[in-house]
Amino acid sequence: MSERLTRDGVAHVARLARLSLTEAELDTYTEQLGAVLDFAADVAALDLADVAPTSHPIELANVLRPDVVGPCLDRAEVLAEAPSVEDDRFRVPAILGEER
Amino acid sequence: MTAVNLTHEPIEGEHFHVTSATTGDVWEIVVGLEVHCELATATKLFCSCPNHFGSEPNTNVCPVCLGLPGSLPVLNHQVVELAMRLGRALRCSVEPSVFARKNYFYPDMPKDYQVSQFDRPINVDGWLDLPDGTRVGVERAHIEEDTGKNTHAGGSGRIHGAQYSLVDYNRAGVPLVEIVGRPHIRHPDQAKAYVDELRAILLATGASDAKMEEGSLRVDANVSVRRVGDTALGTRCEVKNLNSLRSLGRAIEYEARRQVDLLETGERVKQETRHWDEGAGRTRPGRSKEEAEDYRYFQEPDLVPLVPGPEWIAAVDAAMPELPAARRARLAETAGVTPAEAAIAVSRDLDGLAAAAIGAGGDPGRVLTHVEHDLAVDGAGNLDPIHLAALVGLELDGKLTATQAKAVLAEMVATGEHPEAIAQASGFEAMDTSTLEGVLDEIVTGCPDEWVGYCEGDDKRRAKLQGFFVGKVMKATKGRADGKVVTALLEQRRVAAV
Amino acid sequence: MTSVPATAVAIAAAVRAGEVSAREVLDAHLAVIDERETDVHAFNLVLADEARAATTEVDRRVAAGEDPGPLAGVPVALKDNLCTRGIPTTCSSRILDGWRPPYDATVVSRVVAAGGIVVGKTNLDEFAMGSSTENSAFGPTRNPRDLDRVPGGSSGGSAAAVAAGFAPLSLGSDTGGSIRQPAALCGVVGVKPTYGLVSRYGLMAFASSLDQIGPFSTTVADSALLLEAIGGHDPRDSTSIAEPLAALTSVLDRGVAGLRVGLVSELMGEGIAPDVLARVHAAAAALAAAGAEIGEVSVPAASYGLSAYYLIAPAEASSNLARYDGVRFGLRVDAPTTAEMNEATRTAGFGDEVKRRIMLGTYALSAGYYDAYYGQALKVRTLIVRDFAAAYERFDLLLAPTSPTTAFRFGAKTADPLSMYLNDVCTIPSNLAGHPAMSVPFGPGADGLPVGVQLLAPALGEATMFRAAAVVEAAAPALTEVAR
Repeated sequence: MSERLTRDGVAHVARLARLSLTEAELDTYTEQLGAVLDFAADVAALDLADVAPTSHPIELANVLRPDVVGPCLDRAEVLAEAPSVEDDRFRVPAILGEER
Repeated sequence: MTAVNLTHEPIEGEHFHVTSATTGDVWEIVVGLEVHCELATATKLFCSCPNHFGSEPNTNVCPVCLGLPGSLPVLNHQVVELAMRLGRALRCSVEPSVFARKNYFYPDMPKDYQVSQFDRPINVDGWLDLPDGTRVGVERAHIEEDTGKNTHAGGSGRIHGAQYSLVDYNRAGVPLVEIVGRPHIRHPDQAKAYVDELRAILLATGASDAKMEEGSLRVDANVSVRRVGDTALGTRCEVKNLNSLRSLGRAIEYEARRQVDLLETGERVKQETRHWDEGAGRTRPGRSKEEAEDYRYFQEPDLVPLVPGPEWIAAVDAAMPELPAARRARLAETAGVTPAEAAIAVSRDLDGLAAAAIGAGGDPGRVLTHVEHDLAVDGAGNLDPIHLAALVGLELDGKLTATQAKAVLAEMVATGEHPEAIAQASGFEAMDTSTLEGVLDEIVTGCPDEWVGYCEGDDKRRAKLQGFFVGKVMKATKGRADGKVVTALLEQRRVAAV
Repeated sequence: MTSVPATAVAIAAAVRAGEVSAREVLDAHLAVIDERETDVHAFNLVLADEARAATTEVDRRVAAGEDPGPLAGVPVALKDNLCTRGIPTTCSSRILDGWRPPYDATVVSRVVAAGGIVVGKTNLDEFAMGSSTENSAFGPTRNPRDLDRVPGGSSGGSAAAVAAGFAPLSLGSDTGGSIRQPAALCGVVGVKPTYGLVSRYGLMAFASSLDQIGPFSTTVADSALLLEAIGGHDPRDSTSIAEPLAALTSVLDRGVAGLRVGLVSELMGEGIAPDVLARVHAAAAALAAAGAEIGEVSVPAASYGLSAYYLIAPAEASSNLARYDGVRFGLRVDAPTTAEMNEATRTAGFGDEVKRRIMLGTYALSAGYYDAYYGQALKVRTLIVRDFAAAYERFDLLLAPTSPTTAFRFGAKTADPLSMYLNDVCTIPSNLAGHPAMSVPFGPGADGLPVGVQLLAPALGEATMFRAAAVVEAAAPALTEVAR
């Protein structure tokens, strides 16, 4: 069983999820998420070493589509929904981070 | 960085060593390449938008590749086919595979996760043989989706200092295969040869058009160094932004020197991503992140497992074209050369022509020379190998000079005529020595200073003036003289003169 | 003016026969909406003009001697997490306020193709996360049976719309009980089909491996009618089942004689209100009276369902909801860099419960915790599938409560998220297994509010499930209207 979720852990998770929390929210969420995880401790504690995981309820495989071009969306309709557009592209503020 | 005078030995065998001038330690480079290539499908990986480079921005998009709420991916059959072709060409085993989500935020990634094969890739455990005989292991070749394209605007136009960016999602969702090579490469030239060979395989299998300049083939290099004799791997850096084979070679060499430099001065190599700056000729660290990446991989619940049956795999194998390595071996045997020497003919896709011309009696050396250097790839397909063999025969018989042969070859490609007919029509005939002597007489007389310089100058000056006289003769004879004969005649005269 | 029939089956028959026009049917329902929507707030958007235009087409077709389809002229309300082209689709979230999708969900196209009339987009807990519809950014929906009480959730608007008579049919989505629980609390029929039976294309994902779209209606036959219209293979959804849909409407009268029905012991004890349990036993008795064999069965892993669900669903949600980043659509809160803009947008755009689940799921997937939480939950899912398989060796159907209690009061569970999550204890196991289940009203509880009983079936067992549901429905005591 893992250690209890800490306030720092919540802050880390919030950063990963791109959410910013006030100090008060951090306290509240630490308590609430901790309670849910405590509740889930029964599952975390089970010995299931020999059990295979089920990612999907219905077993299907090889669902494929033919490589045939279909219609695209109308650009004007798409861009009309965008918060900011320039030169037929989606405009975003400066990107800090790795060049790729 | 402390300046240490580093030298490297000349290329020797398979290995490229960096020798420290201060300690005398000898280091070897260890390189593993990760190559992303866009598959040559009609449509994208998970939707029916065209997979097409160069369209107007944001025109090849739909709810799926824009990551709009509610959209769902459906795997393209042809992606699987091409990925398997590539995998089998790389001697991989095709395994049941699943897609996973790699979660991180980036504006060119519409869903803010990338769908990729993580712990269960389609192709595993293969290899690729380089023309020099080196076998480079391939850990895996898995399917994943490409991102859109950011254009950085304002400021420098580069990402750092840009005021904002513009995103085009035409490329988002284009199918990629990432080929993860094992760290078996020991030389920058091997790295280049690996990419070259991979490109040849991609083209041969029709999996990709493999254009580095258009970004349909992208190479990242994991570079580390270790003292020769060490077996453990050193700490590696991943070098990105390698836009050409030249960059790849230079970046590996630079990075190896940088790392040796660090280690020799008692510092550590930090495991990081570095970007190659072609202009500056160096790698630079990427922006360091606040915390380590945590991609939270999990199985993509909107897709189902991919389990190609044995029949499908067998059909891929049966339809496999002859691969470059096999073609090199075949031509090498026909021509009596090494596979490495047959490489250019194969890479130019002219090995069939060469083999046929050799089979028709053409001298292998001359045939290969023409195939490697003189023939344009376009249109060479019309060339009759018997004619090529005949051309080589005329050359060897001294009836055509090398320059004339080239001209005749060009005409052969253009007209399909027999080389003898072309030579005759063009007035090409072997220029006899006495005619050449006459031409030389006139030229030498006309350029007395140069002649003295040729006879009495040092080697460097003589070499330069030799070229001068050969050029004059060629001009006077409209290229009909054999350069080698002219050089010999000049040398005879010089010896006689001094 | 001809009187408008009450059920979808009757409306479609009357419209197809030319006995009543689609326009008359619509107007009658719009009149009810006019009268009560202000109190109930079932809708985020009523599409009166668009619906009128659609009825014109249906009526034209009838006049031209064409068949508009099995839902001819039947008003259908859509949960507002189903994409409708050019019509705002909000998920009851500020982050999508005003977004107009450029495409229709498959189920929407199918409803329209079957002659159904889309009357509006119904309220829900933001991104379908909740059990009371109190988490909507646009205010809660009220239970039409008692306006002081929640309608359940997350498809509270769709359940309330049917219960209030705004539309005979509506569509919801069920990830952990979001159709069945509000159906029970509002006293209507609600069906979660087998995973993969109904296309998810155009359903804004909460938890992809659990989400399933299904019908609400006042009668079992109406749900069967709607499920037949929307079900069946869709090449746009990789998880869509390829087999043709089994007939439902034509088998409803076949009864339950000889069917073996098991009461799930894990869901018939602790935490379930006694009056609810009493109703379930009464339903079992009704089935027995109709010739079914009733027994008890244990599904041991069901007791771990809630824990597993609250790891799996948030994990998938944390990834599914990453795309709400302010770049391509919906809300943007400006900031100097894209990362800061993403964060500001998401912080302002998502409500508390959504943030809670995103963080819970991010944590469950994060390095060092995956095995203990998400990985472990997937294994529990295997156990649940296994235990259900064992139960279905002995029984054709299972019977359980839908919700532990009748409708609760507003605010009763909002302070303690866990107490809210416990509402889903009876419904979650079917989602984890991918099995069909449905809630059928079976009279009032001690407080006079509706109680729903839940029928569970193995994968693709809808036909049998509906047969039993029809028997339960026929035996159900009338729900005495309580004072509003």
